[in-house]
Parts: sequence; structure tokens; C-alpha cells
Amino acid sequence: MTNGECVIRLEGLHTRFGRHVVHEDINLCVRRGEVIALVGGSGSGKTALMRQMLGLEVPAQGTVRVFGEPLHGHDRKKLQSMRNRCGVLFQKGALFSALSVYDNIALPMRELRTLDEGMIRDLVMLKLKMVDIEARHASKMPAELSGGMIKRIALARAMALDPELLFLDEPTAGLDPELSEGFVELIQTMRTELTLTIVMATHDLDTLVALSDRVAVLADQRIVALGSLREVVGVDHPFITKFFRGERGQKALGQTGYVMAGDVL
Amino acid sequence: MIPENQNNNSSMVLRRVTGDSGTPRLMLSGNCTMTALGRRLHALSAELVAYAADPELQWDLTGIAQMDDAGAVLLWRAWGSRRPPNLLLRPEQERLFDRMKEAPVPPAPIPRDMLWPVAVLGKAVFLLWEHLTGLVILIGQMLLDVKYLVGHPAYIPWREISANLYRTGAQALGITALVGFLIGVVLSFLSSRQLQMFGADIFIINILGVSIIRELGPMLAAILVAGRSGSSMTAQLGVMRVTEELDALTVMGIPHSQRLILPKVIALGIAMPLVVLWTSAVALLGGMVVAEIQLGLSYQFFLNKLPDVVPVANLWLGLGKGAVCGMVIALISCHFGLRIKSNTESLGEGTTNSVVTAITVVIIIDAIFAIVFSNVGLR
Ligand SMILES: Nc1ncnc2c1ncn2[C@@H]1O[C@H](COP(=O)(O)OP(=O)(O)OP(=O)(O)O)[C@@H](O)[C@H]1O
Ligand SMILES: [Mg+2]
Repeated sequence: MTNGECVIRLEGLHTRFGRHVVHEDINLCVRRGEVIALVGGSGSGKTALMRQMLGLEVPAQGTVRVFGEPLHGHDRKKLQSMRNRCGVLFQKGALFSALSVYDNIALPMRELRTLDEGMIRDLVMLKLKMVDIEARHASKMPAELSGGMIKRIALARAMALDPELLFLDEPTAGLDPELSEGFVELIQTMRTELTLTIVMATHDLDTLVALSDRVAVLADQRIVALGSLREVVGVDHPFITKFFRGERGQKALGQTGYVMAGDVL
Repeated sequence: MIPENQNNNSSMVLRRVTGDSGTPRLMLSGNCTMTALGRRLHALSAELVAYAADPELQWDLTGIAQMDDAGAVLLWRAWGSRRPPNLLLRPEQERLFDRMKEAPVPPAPIPRDMLWPVAVLGKAVFLLWEHLTGLVILIGQMLLDVKYLVGHPAYIPWREISANLYRTGAQALGITALVGFLIGVVLSFLSSRQLQMFGADIFIINILGVSIIRELGPMLAAILVAGRSGSSMTAQLGVMRVTEELDALTVMGIPHSQRLILPKVIALGIAMPLVVLWTSAVALLGGMVVAEIQLGLSYQFFLNKLPDVVPVANLWLGLGKGAVCGMVIALISCHFGLRIKSNTESLGEGTTNSVVTAITVVIIIDAIFAIVFSNVGLR
């Protein structure tokens, strides 16, 4: 399913907050249909990079193209249709606190103005089922939910419009292992039904191993390694050594029969 | 597994053919996704329902390039929430419709009670009662805190008090001066025109002196501060509730009342009389300037005459009103701030209610002062 076309293209991207430099000269092409995982230490700029791709942050330098169009300088209509093709799961969920669970998921569908209420109801219940939320929680308010439930409902909302491009910021953080596995299965199923491009920031090695086609490692303000998991593990960098070759990393990689870097090189 | 030659955005196409054995067959092809269908959804839905009326019809979905949940729901609803007897699917589509079958039904909405007017009224009464008891509890808590702090002076939140003094007092000087000056000018201008008609120019000093020092200065300052500082206090506490900062304070064993509310009440109790003094002074200045221009009363004459015609009790009354109003504004704002629930709507509503209540209560306090001190400071 993966072919050469870039859904997102970052060229010479620099991000700064005041004098604090987060990214320096980042170049990246996210190919159509792939799952790309952003890994990096806490504060290495994964969320910031994702916000750049979403047009929520203006690059200090460089360009971001999504679906071939530059993000800044879009006309309104194009930007809107681009936004409808993207789904985003924010790190903290970002559910609308004034709306019930049901309305949170229904909101993007209603905004389209093409679906009738009956269809929206079926779709919302389907999405809730997909993330394993029972119907009785549909009328609850976000403040009445547990942390893991917020995450799952935010995921359901991100998928409300069946987007082609999905941004997931720490999708499995705060979920128990069983739900994380469920999440992985869910994404895998969706990928068989649709051409889905996913950009995912994660610390969870199991999810990383199970889902990602390519891994981009962010460290020292740059992408220090980019490629399949096998290629990335082989790169010699202190963060990679610590992250993938620590005990946890060994365990997650070992299960799937990855050869350790030492053996490859 | 997916026919790759399909253009990604081509919408779904329906084609009815007659199969080998003479059974009618509906071939679906193209993309059955929300983006691809777009505005055609309604028309298509009607068309599909019409086809679904024929039970003999064989549905062939294998030609569909991509189908998402919206597409599946569209078909599912057209079929009347069950599979048609003759259906050809690819395995991944099979899973999609299996999920559809398992989807839960939404809980039925609660029907509206016939007695709702009574319920609404009752709730309003209880709400008022809740606010009253809440305020009394808060005041009681403040007194207990003061008692505790007298015993443990090391815990007195000096920094918070001084920060609040600056924010509610010093930063309010600009706006109160502007409003006070303009009101002084307008009042003086209008009154001097009337007084001139009677040749009673000199009484401008009495009018300005009593009305500004006793009434307008304190009220202007209180209403401005209620809008300015009251809303910010409510919003601050509300956001702290939304972001769970209040809970974080609780688990650290830091009482909100002592660290957040008491400093605000004390600071506003100190700042308000000063702001009142400032507002009255600037308003008198405005009045004086116009009196000079309009009636030719010299500044010196005005200032010399003022203490003679306005008893100093009026000044104390104004300052006293300021102190009381200040503390009440802070208490009400904090009371509403603490009641905010963790959602944004409640935050907006709480802030509005807080400001409206604070201003109303300020005016009620003014009326009470007017009645209680009706024979003080007036000749
Ligand atoms: N709005 C902002 N203003 C200033 N600095 C910011 C802002 N947003 C992020 N940063 C800084 O940018 C850096 C990267 O932040 P980012 O949130 O992208 O980290 P992350 O890789 O997502 O970390 P984590 O894994 O902990 O979520 C951090 O050092 C952070 O302090
Ligand atoms: Mg992050």
C-alpha cells in the first residue's frame, strides 16, 4: 500500500520558542499509507513537531506541506477540506468539557452538514464501540470520566470522520496493557479497510513494534535516525542505545525476533 | 487486497445488472467513504433505500475500493439495520458489518417531567439557599483562618496579600481615575448650569462635595473593582479547579481558604478604601476644573470652602463603604470561583454570575449604609 507520494513534507524546518531552539533543520517525508512513529526523550519536541504538521505552530524557518499544499497561505476552503481529512488525538485528550461524550464525537460530523442525525447516531455508537466505551457513558461529561476513558473517547473523536491522515500523540499512554493491545488491533483493522497514514508520537515500545512502518528518532533538535525499526536500532546514538537496548527495549524487541544492533553491524 | 487502479476520490457508482441466473444484481464500485460521497450522501441514501426494497436483489460490494464507517452505516441504514439475504463482501468489509451488528444502541433520552415549572422554581430557591449558606460558611472559615493566623504569624501569607494589593489596587488606579474624572466633569457641568439659573453658583461645592465623597466615589470605585478584580478572582479559582490545581493544593495540605481566599479578602479590604479616596479626589478635581471654567470659582476658593460645607463624616462613610464593599466583592468572587465545575461552560457562567452578584450586592450595601447613616454627615 505504501508508495512514494508524500502526504506530509517538512523541508528545512526550524522551531523556536523565544530563544529556546526545539528543532533545527528537520526534513521529513511521511509517505502515503505508512505509520511513522516519532520517538525521542521527553521534551525532545515530538508534540511540537506534530503541531507544526497541523499548522498550529508557525515554523521559524522552512516549510510544511500537507497533501502537497503549503500549510501557511492556504485559502480557507482548501484548509478546511484538508482539516476534514485529518484526525488528531491530543496528548491530553482535549475533549470539549462543555459537551457530553456523545456530542464530542458528533461535533465534527455535524459540522460537515451532510449527515443526518440518524446516521450520526449510528456512527457515534459505532465509534464508541470501536474504542470499547459502553453506551451508558455516552451522556457523561468529560469531567466525569477516567483518564483512560478520556483517551479512548478522544481517539474516537479523532476518528470521527474516518480521516486519511491521523495524528496520535501518545495514544497508549494511560491505557492498561489490554486496552493498548486493543488499540493496536483497532489500528491494524482500520488499515486493512482504508488507506490510512498515521503519524504517532509514542514511548510505548510494544505499540511501536506492532504498528510502525518507519521510526523517526528526535534528539539534539534533529532527526538522528529515520528508517524501519531494524535500521533505526542499528544507529549509534546515546538516546537510541538507551531507549531500544535497555532492558525494556530488549524485551519488546526480543519478542518479535528483532536482531540486536550488535549482531547486525 | 484493494483494487489499486481506483482514483482515490471517485465517488461510489451503482450499477444494476441482471445476473446469469436471471436474478437482479446491484454492483457497487468506487469509493464509499465520507469524503468521497460528500454532498451526494442524501441523494444516495434515498436511492439505496429504493433498491433495498427489493428482497431478490443481490448486493455486490466487492468492487468498492474503500469503505469507511460512514459508508458502511449508509448501507446498513438503507438495509434497515440487517444484512440483505444476498450479499457479496470482501473479508475486511465483512468485519466492518460485523462491528455494525454489535454496535450498542444509545441510551434513550430522559423524557421531560410535566412538573418542570415547579422543579425549576424549587431549584432556584434551593440554589439561593445554597449560595447563602455557602457564603456564611466561607465567612466563618475566614474568621477561623484569621484566628489561626493570629496564633501562628509565620503562616500569614504576606506575599499573596501584597501581590493582590498590587493587582487589585495599584493596577486599578488608571481606569478609576479616568471614569472618576469624567463623571466629575459631567456632574459639575450639568449642576452648574442649573445653579446658574438660580444664581446659587456657590452651592456647586456642596453638591459636588457631598455627592462625590459620600456616594459617587465609593460606588464608582466599587463597581469598577467588582467588574475588574471580581471577574479575575473568579476566573482564577475556576481555572485552578478545571486544571485540578485546587486538588493539588489540598493534597499538599495547603488550605485554599488561607492561601487563596483570605489574602484576596484582606487585600481588597485594604485596597478599596484607597481606591475610593483616589476616585473621589480625581472626580472632585474634574468637578473643580469645570466649576472654574463654567462659574469662575477659583481652585483656592473651592478647596477652602470644601471642608466647611462637607462634614468630614462623609469621608469616613465613603471609606467605610469602600472597605466593606471590597471585602464583600472578594468574598463573593471567591465563593463563585470555588463553585465552578471542571468544564469551560461552568467557568464562563460562574464568572458572569459572580460579577453580576457582586455589583448588585455592592448597590444593596450602599442602600443599607444610606438608611443606617441617614442622619450622619448631612446638614
Ligand atoms: N508553547 C511553548 N512555549 C515555549 N516552549 C515550548 C512550548 N511548547 C513546547 N515548548 C518546549 O519545546 C520542547 C518540546 O516540547 P514537546 O511538547 O514537543 O515535547 P515532547 O517531545 O512532546 O515531550 P513529551 O514526551 O514529554 O510529551 C520542550 O522543551 C518545551 O519546553
Ligand atoms: Mg508530547
